[in-house]
Amino acid sequence: MIVHVNGERRDVGDGTTVAALVASARPERTGRGVAVAVDAEVVPRGRWEKHELHDGARVEILTAVQGG
Amino acid sequence: MSDPLVIAGRELDSRLILGTGGFASLEALAAAIDASATELVTVALRRVDPAAQGSILDVLDRAGVAVLPNTAGCYTARDAVTTARLAREAFETDWVKLEVIGDDRTLLPDGPELLAAAEQLVAEGFVVLPYANDDPILAGRLQDVGCAAVMPLGSPIGSGMGIRNPYNLRIMRERIELPLILDAGVGTASDAALAMELGCDGVLCASAISRAKDPAAMAGAIRDAVRAGHTAHLAGRIPRRLHAEASTPETGLPEFGEAPAQQAPADGAR
Repeated sequence: MIVHVNGERRDVGDGTTVAALVASARPERTGRGVAVAVDAEVVPRGRWEKHELHDGARVEILTAVQGG
Repeated sequence: MSDPLVIAGRELDSRLILGTGGFASLEALAAAIDASATELVTVALRRVDPAAQGSILDVLDRAGVAVLPNTAGCYTARDAVTTARLAREAFETDWVKLEVIGDDRTLLPDGPELLAAAEQLVAEGFVVLPYANDDPILAGRLQDVGCAAVMPLGSPIGSGMGIRNPYNLRIMRERIELPLILDAGVGTASDAALAMELGCDGVLCASAISRAKDPAAMAGAIRDAVRAGHTAHLAGRIPRRLHAEASTPETGLPEFGEAPAQQAPADGAR
């Protein structure tokens, strides 16, 4: 199935979870400082393992940068 | 003589909040944090960059400062609320520097969207510090909806134009019981001192420090200016007057008789 991760099309297997995407996006750092939205809704860290993506999901994986 | 800035029950010994935008490197940021003596610094949320070197959060953890996430780049209340929720998740803090911008040329706040987002986030339990226009009426509305502070601009973000309307800040100071923090416009130390002299409770400063030739030195200068301005405000400045008022007493002035006639200047001397 196709999902959109930070604006890029990605072909991933059925049942791919938010946790798996986060791990692939930022393997060395998956804890504090990262937040995920799927279809503009926040997915709390505690649900990353269970949250399976649907075809066409729009995923934003965000982290801290300098600003403000 | 502890005189902390208290926001939503949290005591901050430093009245300078450091924005982290614009530093050339994380090392430069770390040095500026150290020199500024700040206890609260802003961060933004952006898409994960797999190639990014180092983490700003590690720098902030090592410095022992608290994180104030912002919603920079949001143009609507909806986007700002979503960004704030994501920041709460990422940084495990309810605090948010709420920015809702009207356009990318002025970066001025969009008042109605800002107010709507503030109301929503307060309802969700956030400690909301809104970046606002220097508008006493909007500041009052932000206070009314339950913000934890009001952060008016002195002039546009990154402009370094200082405080363009000190009278509005004075009016705000009269009406706003919340902490009033000057956010945006500081160009150099004297701007920060003026903000504090006008009665602001704190100053948030990014570009003036991060884009200075020597950011750490400027961080120290603005730290001192914030302290000096706050002390001066508490000390109470003298009123401005058009004419002089002698500080030396007139009584007891000696008299030396008639002054000798002045010789008239020669023609052409003037």
